[in-house]
Amino acid sequence: MKRNRPWKFAVCAVVLCVVLAGCGSGGGAGGKGTNKPASSGSSETGGDTAAPGDGDVIKVGILHSLSGTMSISEVSVKDSELMAIQEINAKGGVLGKQLVPVMEDGASDWPTFAEKARKLISENKVVTVFGGWTSASRKAMLPVFEELNGLLWYPVQYEGLEASPNIFYTGATTNQQIVPAVSWLLENRGKRFFLLGSDYVFPQTANKIIKEQLKAEGGELAGEEYTPLGHTDYSTMIAKIQKAKPDVIFNTLNGDSNVAFFKQLKDAGISASDITTLSVSVAEEEIRGIGVDVLQGHLAAWNYYQTTDTEANQAFVDHYKKAYGKDRVTADPIEAGYIAVYLWAAAVEKAGTTEVGAVKEAAKGLELDAPGGKVKIDGDNQHLYKTVRIGEVQADGQFKELWNSGEPVKPDPYLKDYAWAASLSTP
Amino acid sequence: MEITIIQLFNGLSVSSILLLIALGLAITFGLMNVINMAHGELIMIGAYSTYLTQTIFSSYLPSSMFNAYFILAIPISFMIAFAFGLLLEGTLIRFLYGRPLDSLLATWGIALMLQQLARTIFGAPNVAVKSPAWLDGGLKLMDGVVLPYKRLFIIGLVALTLIIMFFYIYRSNAGRRMRAVMQNRDMAACLGISTRRVDAMTFAIGSGIAGIAGCALTLIGPIGPALGTYYIVDAFMVVVLGGVGKLIGTIFGALGIGLTNTMFEYWTTASLGKVLVFLCIVAFLQWRPKGLVAMKTRALD
Repeated sequence: MKRNRPWKFAVCAVVLCVVLAGCGSGGGAGGKGTNKPASSGSSETGGDTAAPGDGDVIKVGILHSLSGTMSISEVSVKDSELMAIQEINAKGGVLGKQLVPVMEDGASDWPTFAEKARKLISENKVVTVFGGWTSASRKAMLPVFEELNGLLWYPVQYEGLEASPNIFYTGATTNQQIVPAVSWLLENRGKRFFLLGSDYVFPQTANKIIKEQLKAEGGELAGEEYTPLGHTDYSTMIAKIQKAKPDVIFNTLNGDSNVAFFKQLKDAGISASDITTLSVSVAEEEIRGIGVDVLQGHLAAWNYYQTTDTEANQAFVDHYKKAYGKDRVTADPIEAGYIAVYLWAAAVEKAGTTEVGAVKEAAKGLELDAPGGKVKIDGDNQHLYKTVRIGEVQADGQFKELWNSGEPVKPDPYLKDYAWAASLSTP
Repeated sequence: MEITIIQLFNGLSVSSILLLIALGLAITFGLMNVINMAHGELIMIGAYSTYLTQTIFSSYLPSSMFNAYFILAIPISFMIAFAFGLLLEGTLIRFLYGRPLDSLLATWGIALMLQQLARTIFGAPNVAVKSPAWLDGGLKLMDGVVLPYKRLFIIGLVALTLIIMFFYIYRSNAGRRMRAVMQNRDMAACLGISTRRVDAMTFAIGSGIAGIAGCALTLIGPIGPALGTYYIVDAFMVVVLGGVGKLIGTIFGALGIGLTNTMFEYWTTASLGKVLVFLCIVAFLQWRPKGLVAMKTRALD
């Protein structure tokens, strides 16, 4: 009897694994159709399958979290980057060669990002990498790219105060999102600001900037609160907000906390007409997970919405939905990842080589009619000129644009052009 | 004044949520001594069951019936989590009784597998559950004091669950057998109780209650593959503070943590509040290592 046990246990463990694995693949294929795209075409290669190095192809790296908490956001960016690569391949590739993406999983773990970046550059010999989402993952990869002289395209809005020679930033920096949003709110919605954010680097840096700006532009700080990442009960926070009576809540919460916050805000009887909430990390994707009914009327600041009215955007949205399912939505970081691939391809065509120094040189001043409007690479800090847009959530889960900056705004990651920001940055 | 009332209510509400997520664990960990790291994922299963019920209702039944889905979602969540619990117990947990370290690792592995399973089936992004219309809004006590119906509903649901559990454990034959096995397994076996069946049943019931918790949490929180990880620490905290092995201790544990947490969070900040609560718990457990309500048992262990 006793001797029997380990055997039984082993058998059961194996059976369990098989059952779970079976369920997994069954579920994926059975197809809610929404999530995992059927791997279309043959251009996707797994991490280790080395493509032939005979010079007919160009290998590029894609490094996002495909598992763990951040996969919520990053999987969609990976999808749009793959789509851009497929589109470019269909048109004949870059320099007459097909692009072969080499995918790695950052697993929502910052040291893993650094390690995989090193592997992509040193072992897989990719010529560039598209990847990252959180600032922590970017900061982890930065020394690797600088050491090995690689090239990283980072597609997400971030807190600024950085400009690495080996990174191109295709998301917004602070003066293309937060600063204009604060000015707009001061003009249109009221002076009393309540700053609510998750307790880590991006919200704290952003709020430091906002506080300086409020001082300079005549705003008033009603309160400033941070909650731990993954916080799920906002009842006390909402009581504090009710007591502070702000006109505007500037929301820099990240991830799932947004869901809890907005649901509970509505339950407490506070709607968008009572207090405006402007978020900087709630886009179309997040709206689907939070529920339109609780978000309707609240605002967000981005450079791109699915509803943005440009010719390039119509084609982009069509392709994206065709490739990954009708009920998928596009959003700002998804667009930023998509244009990153095109910008890199254009720079390589111009340089005539994939060598990093030449590509960087060629990228200076490069322009592109992106889905979110015209963008241009700034030669000095390798950020993009982008149009700022403020949108309001509609009943269908899409944004209605209330305001835009009219023309692409010059990126200014260190806020050098703002007198009030002098105390913030010592680059 | 208004703030005091609101904060008292918030404290009560947080306590009720903590109690709901800890009740299932109070059975699987408290009574059975299985360090069940997959408890959070059973909550997640409950939440996704609610999502599925909602989806079925909105696509196959007339929209006039939509508001009723939530009532049905509660037993469905229970049943699905119950079935998962039964499967888990039968295939894995039963080989690990009395081996706490092994069960910790194994259930943690199960937790990761279940998370990835949810990610494969439902996708990595969160899904939205639309709460029924009759739970929108709140009860207005006075100017500036609104008690959301959802939170009142959760308090009611917790009370109901507690009452049913009380009758099951202390007033039914099955409950009596369960207590007998947990208190003195060998003696119970001698008297002809099938301890295997009781173990399986107990674990499944604990899992089922986690499913109910998941269902209730869809009203106020996110529904995603990582949902369980947000609640697992709190759940263990409540059970350990309350005293392992006693349901009444779990109730007091939840009340204590919920009320002090909202108080500290209001006076300081969310992060500092949590730290202070942890400090209090550590200090308290130094003073009374067995928790608020210590279990008296005749078992020799």
